[in-house]
Amino acid sequence: MAKKELKPSQIAAQIEAENAAALEALRKRREKEHRKMEKSKGTNKQVGKSWKNDIGIFVFLSLLGLFMLLPIYIAIVTSIKPVNEIFIMPPRLYAMDPTFDNFKDLFVVANNSWVPFSRNVFNSIFVTVAATVLHVLFACTAGFVLAKCRFPGAKIINKIVVIALLFNSQVTYIMQYIVMAKLGMINTYSALILPLIASSMGLYLMIQSVSTIPDAMIEAAKVDGAGLMRICWGIVMPNSKPAVMTIIIFQFQAAWNSNGGSLVYDEALKTIPTVVQQIAAAGIARQGAIAASAVVLMIPPLAIFIAAQSNVMETMAHAGMKD
Amino acid sequence: MAAETQKKEILLPNERKMSFKERWSYTWHEMKRNKMCYIMLAPFMIFFLVFTIVPVCMSLPIGFTDFDMAHFPPKFVGFQNYYTMFLEDDVFIGAIRTTLIFAIFTGPLSYVLSFFLAWLINELHPVLKTVFTLIFYAPSMAGNIYFVWQLIFSGDTYGYLNAALTSLGITTAAIQWLTDANYVLICVIIVQLWVSMGAGFLAMRAGFQGIDKAMYEAGAIEGISNRWQELIFITIPSMGPQLMFAAVMQIVSAFTVDIVGRSLAGFPSTDYKVHTIMTHAFDYGWIRYEMGYSSAICFVLFLAMLICNNLIGKLLGKYMN
Repeated sequence: MAKKELKPSQIAAQIEAENAAALEALRKRREKEHRKMEKSKGTNKQVGKSWKNDIGIFVFLSLLGLFMLLPIYIAIVTSIKPVNEIFIMPPRLYAMDPTFDNFKDLFVVANNSWVPFSRNVFNSIFVTVAATVLHVLFACTAGFVLAKCRFPGAKIINKIVVIALLFNSQVTYIMQYIVMAKLGMINTYSALILPLIASSMGLYLMIQSVSTIPDAMIEAAKVDGAGLMRICWGIVMPNSKPAVMTIIIFQFQAAWNSNGGSLVYDEALKTIPTVVQQIAAAGIARQGAIAASAVVLMIPPLAIFIAAQSNVMETMAHAGMKD
Repeated sequence: MAAETQKKEILLPNERKMSFKERWSYTWHEMKRNKMCYIMLAPFMIFFLVFTIVPVCMSLPIGFTDFDMAHFPPKFVGFQNYYTMFLEDDVFIGAIRTTLIFAIFTGPLSYVLSFFLAWLINELHPVLKTVFTLIFYAPSMAGNIYFVWQLIFSGDTYGYLNAALTSLGITTAAIQWLTDANYVLICVIIVQLWVSMGAGFLAMRAGFQGIDKAMYEAGAIEGISNRWQELIFITIPSMGPQLMFAAVMQIVSAFTVDIVGRSLAGFPSTDYKVHTIMTHAFDYGWIRYEMGYSSAICFVLFLAMLICNNLIGKLLGKYMN
């Protein structure tokens, strides 16, 4: 008798085990059915998708991609062609006897001008680094405040930032020049660096990205007694690393390619793009050197973009405008 | 009655009707409470004011003057600049036409093209996605590399395009691509399209990536049977914000076409064929130093961009809702 009389707890355990077994069986059956369905539908869940279509798209994009890459390819090929090959008729799409003479030439030509080329390289790096660091520091704090704090004027500033996306440096260049002339900034480093800091694009991307961070996180930090500065750099920025990376990349590109030819006239202050433009003014005879300089100038932004590509895509997903 | 008055009292201060003085003292109180916000905002805003807001706003008053950077103060001439611009300056009228032609190609066409490309790229394998995104974005990242097009469109037989056409037997003599008034516009448009896959394109790519896959499955059940229907009923409506952002980027690049044309076709170009409003402003600003007239041109350009932006915002907003 004692054998048959189970304790309530034992009964419960038995029932639980039975239930578990039943659930497991059900789950397996469902999985099987699901797999069957998947098989019958093919691996793609989207309609109208097949590998034939994908190959079509791939071929189409490749052709267009070739068109996009052709000029860059020609620049690279021209840069490694020796002089006698540059003037071959008809022009060839490859170099028969590749050399690095053009790169050497570029250096020699640039070195023979008023100031050593190393000075221009230093200028470019200094301007790029200063503009990028200051822009990122300022845009991060301002972006955080505009996205997460409520204070009189916040709304109107947000609106102005969105409208200011229209007025990039290209459009305001002439007017900026007048302002800088009034402030006595022409022919100084600040004429090259300071206008770059105020790019509204970086601020806009920062605002959009920070506003996706949950308010609760910031409230919790406030309760714990953190100041706004601390919240910004200790909590918000580590959580929006992709956005910070993205504005670094965009700013780097803008600063690296910026040609301050009309803002500084002192040879010792000119950056690489300006010097390259001067060399290029020599015309067709310097074709090889021009191509070489374009290739050299292209490498840093390209390398940085490749390294941080996934960050950029993540940030741009938040870039959208909701009215 | 008692309940009503009580209800009124619970209303937040900024919802309650306040006298002017009360409102100001409340705002002032809020401003003092949020001092830290302003301090953190200040560094960026100072530069932003000086280098973006002031230049844009200043173009209006300076546009009313005759100003050459040397004689202070600028001489007030009223609407003279605008009068000259629209009634006497034939080159400017031509520039409006050229800008509109460029705007159509690098605006809507490039917009649709970058959307289409982003869509196609999104259908591919993740590795290919990255590769193609890079390929299409590279030209707009590579700074002044569009000089290469000069080698391609070069007017002598050393030019790649002329050499290719001659060897294929299509033409017998070299065509002056960049100086012949018949060809120069189309050449510069091609190059402009080539560099136009910028931030807007990236935003669109990211937008496609962010669409919930479950939406497509739901769509399939609801009876959507091909990719075009998917595009119209699911993809575009859920990409509104990215489309808006890309539109702004496109307006900027469409209205500021200048440097590519100037460096390829020379300045001034044959028959002013690629002479845009921006080029005109550049001409008067940097070469003739007539800053007053140049400011007036810039102001007209700013105004056109703002109006265009508002129109597109309204159009897209209507479509999204």
